[in-house]
Amino acid sequence: MSIWSYANPRKFLDTTEPWVPWLMWLSAAVLAVGLVWGFFFTPEAERFGSSVKIIYLHVPSALMAINAWLMMLVASLIWLIRRHHVSALAARAAAPVGLVMTLIALVTGAIWGQPMWGTWWAWDPRLTSFLILFLFYLGYIALWAAIPDPDSAADLTSVLCLVGSVFAVLSRYAVNFWNQGLHQGASLSLDKQENVADVFWVPLLVCMAGFVLLFLALVLLRTGTEIRARRIGALRARARRSEPVRA
Amino acid sequence: MRALLTRDLRLAVRAGGGFGLGLAFFLIVVVLVPFGVGPEADILARIAPGILWVAALLAALLSLDRIFALDHEDGSLPLLATAPLPLEMLALAKAAAHWVTTGLPLVVAAPLLGVLLHLPGQAMPWLLVSLALGTPALSLIGTFGAALTVGLRRGGLLLSLIVLPLYVPVLIFGAEAARRGAEGLPAQTPLLLLAGIGLGCAALLPFATAAALRVTLR
Repeated sequence: MSIWSYANPRKFLDTTEPWVPWLMWLSAAVLAVGLVWGFFFTPEAERFGSSVKIIYLHVPSALMAINAWLMMLVASLIWLIRRHHVSALAARAAAPVGLVMTLIALVTGAIWGQPMWGTWWAWDPRLTSFLILFLFYLGYIALWAAIPDPDSAADLTSVLCLVGSVFAVLSRYAVNFWNQGLHQGASLSLDKQENVADVFWVPLLVCMAGFVLLFLALVLLRTGTEIRARRIGALRARARRSEPVRA
Repeated sequence: MRALLTRDLRLAVRAGGGFGLGLAFFLIVVVLVPFGVGPEADILARIAPGILWVAALLAALLSLDRIFALDHEDGSLPLLATAPLPLEMLALAKAAAHWVTTGLPLVVAAPLLGVLLHLPGQAMPWLLVSLALGTPALSLIGTFGAALTVGLRRGGLLLSLIVLPLYVPVLIFGAEAARRGAEGLPAQTPLLLLAGIGLGCAALLPFATAAALRVTLR
């Protein structure tokens, strides 16, 4: 059985709906473990004090903000190539989640930046790229909302997602060129020496897993909602044409 | 394609298609800035490259929704689409017409407005080159945005929300080149990157524009 059989909305709903509550509970449990562990059972880092604990929200949400866009990109490509409606709807469902993740990353970053850098906001490359990513999400969601015909909307937003991805990457490197930043470089890569110590790394990993699960649960839930909304729209349209409803 | 280009240019100049409007808007934005930040010459000189770039970007944005909207209203867009010219070339021609009617006048007017903002003389050529390299990219990106929103009522605001984030890299490299020129630093790197973005947009974006047009015309 190939993965494409799940492109059938009926089968998709039947398969994913039972998962959603489990995923919700699992993500809640994992996040609770990770956050409590991170907040109360890790030592305070020297130089940072207790403010360092916000990374348990900041880093996972930033991770998911980017991954949500990647997921939208893949889903858009699948829609453009194979025309599976579920894929387009999944991209649509992921966008607001990604938007909120971006917002969380920006806000927690500002709250952390205030004691650490002495400023809420700096025009640092990473911060600026995230702000631009936020604007991309806004434009994408607004375009979805503006187009009445669902197939055209899916097509146009997919094209926008593709072009937007290229420009988002371009902007990322452009702002690097534009300003040197305060933000530290990647300290979580697997191949470098100056990683954060394991005491912080393990609970952070748990939090990241929690955010991934939360994202999955929300996107599946929202995709199901979109499929149902589409079906209601189709039923209404059929009723308006006053045709007999076929079961 | 040449016929289409001359047709668009003629329409823009004769039929009140907003040929002078973008230019007037550019002028007004630049005139408003000193009221906002004060008339001190050294402050104005320092921010002049950035102001001119942002104003040029907004002026280009202002005329974007006209690229396809008028043709869509009077029904000539489907006709153009069924013409032997591929839609990709149509997109390119439209972007070229937009550039000639808005981008090029902005480049020509920029030195005059630079004087108003006390832009140092040595920065002038860099500003001109950066605008000349950057405004075609603005037109190409804008044509793509216009194609996405062509069928929509109240598409204007949405168009700016979609297009402005896409303008970020162009703005960064363009303004950076002009700024470095103003400070007497070597400005070659941002100019090359800017030219690269412009060429990349010219090579790839017409395909995206044409894809969006096909969806709208379906």
